[in-house]
Amino acid sequence: MAILEIRNLTKSFGGIKAVDDVSVDVLENTLLGIIGPNGSGKTTFVNMITGFIRPDKGSVRFKGKELIGLTPYKITNMGIGRAFQMVKPFFHLPAFKNIIVPLSSDRVKATKGGGFGDKDAIALDILEEVGFERDSSVPYKTASVLPHGYLKRLELARLIALKAEVLILDELFSGLSIAEVTSIVPIIEKLLVEGKTIIMIEHRLKELFRIADNVIVFNFGKKIKEGKPKEILEDEEVKKAYLGVEV
Amino acid sequence: MTKENYRKERIDRCIKARSDDIYAISSKNEIFYLLFPRVIPITALAILALILPLYWQKVIISACIFAMLAVSWDFLSSCGMLSLGQALFFGIGSYIAGILNHYLHLPFYITIPFATIFGGLFSTLLLLPVVRLRGIYFAMVTLILPLMLMRGIEATRIFGGNEGITGLSPFPNIWVELIIIITAMWVTLFALRRFISSDYGLIFVSIRDNDRATMASGINIYAFKAQALFIGSCICAFCGAFMTHSYMFTGIPVFTMEFSILPIAASAIGGIGSLAGPLLGAFVLVPLSEILREFGTLRVVFYGLVLVICVVALPEGIFHYLSRKYNEMERWVKIE
Repeated sequence: MAILEIRNLTKSFGGIKAVDDVSVDVLENTLLGIIGPNGSGKTTFVNMITGFIRPDKGSVRFKGKELIGLTPYKITNMGIGRAFQMVKPFFHLPAFKNIIVPLSSDRVKATKGGGFGDKDAIALDILEEVGFERDSSVPYKTASVLPHGYLKRLELARLIALKAEVLILDELFSGLSIAEVTSIVPIIEKLLVEGKTIIMIEHRLKELFRIADNVIVFNFGKKIKEGKPKEILEDEEVKKAYLGVEV
Repeated sequence: MTKENYRKERIDRCIKARSDDIYAISSKNEIFYLLFPRVIPITALAILALILPLYWQKVIISACIFAMLAVSWDFLSSCGMLSLGQALFFGIGSYIAGILNHYLHLPFYITIPFATIFGGLFSTLLLLPVVRLRGIYFAMVTLILPLMLMRGIEATRIFGGNEGITGLSPFPNIWVELIIIITAMWVTLFALRRFISSDYGLIFVSIRDNDRATMASGINIYAFKAQALFIGSCICAFCGAFMTHSYMFTGIPVFTMEFSILPIAASAIGGIGSLAGPLLGAFVLVPLSEILREFGTLRVVFYGLVLVICVVALPEGIFHYLSRKYNEMERWVKIE
């Protein structure tokens, strides 16, 4: 069943069509990978789904409800969480306090017991889940001194704290070492087991194709291909657009 | 002084979260460590207010007013709202108190609370359309609004026009004045510091750090910004209403730039982001300006010089410097 129905999404910046008439069905409890060269409109596409950019035309339906025209915080409260490509932690706050902010959202408060209880303890639990060593000083450190890998995990932790049903991860693996990526992949797999739907924009194709159920390919704002990872890898058009002609 | 069987230990603990919690009252040392920097300034100010002559008592009152304006400025900037218009909130509070006292003959214990709440409400409504603006754009609007009100009152000659409203009822005596303003200042400072470190207050800091990420955390940032604006402007409106009764006068000078700029200067030399820093800064700048009166015209030169020296030598601010040194203090503990 499609949890997100995206129809004819279009956005132009000046004369450039950043996203051109893209329609996608995101199936519930699957991992959708979005790949494409730099500047092909992947992030703009995600910005439109999450309400940060208003599309020129098109519609996005989440469980049958129209999202276009809603503000980002309302969309987030409906259950669509989004991690940023450029990490956006709250630099002045300690890592675990960063998680208190999503824990204070209407969505979490509306869940049973969400408005009560020790938020610090919940935040520390979530941070442990994404790989912050609980007994070390790392969760208590100010976000500004944390290394990049931890900040990426913090983005993921924010979405887990929000109890998002659809997690949109914008280049989560960029700038991470192989070891870090392999330690984050199980977290994503666990989220899938829990029944979440995940959309991943990614340039690390090897890691993405291993976990993705479906992949769509963007080029010049257009969706040029949709299919299983294996089909995408063998497709001539995709190779030409993205992987290079000689491959 | 090296001693046998003793070693040096830092008084602070790496995990500050603990000291903010119930653990803090687990030992005498911890209690002293937390209370010392809070009790000293409170006692010192109380003693100074008791022993100083009338002129310097007035200076203390003025310093308290600017300290509260500076704390409010720092609070707004902690929520990502750079305000150049504390005079707007201050002036609105002042005019409300003045009007109530002059036309309705209400006593100060009614006008001040009324002006605080409704001044805050009015300022918030006035700025509500622009809370969506960020940084310098928000600052520009707050800068221009008090000037607009000032010229508006001057041109339409409402509420006494250029001359303002004079002969308002004063406080019974200087002691009432001192008690009200000093209590209000400490309550504001400690309440805001507690508030901003609570789970609810964290959201305000997160908006300053990154408003987009706060939105993506499911928080309605405009609602929170409006709340911050209300709290900040209430504080300023209180100051305005208080000064109206203290000077027995309100008029267009309450919208002057002085009330917008001095709090920012106080915050800059005191240390932005701590709330206590701006308060400390105001208590440096206001008395300094009084001491320098003897130099006549050269006053501004020396005043500027001190400002420059402070900013260059202690760019982090006096408060952050002191607090760092205090936390780095070591004590001797027995090796067991």
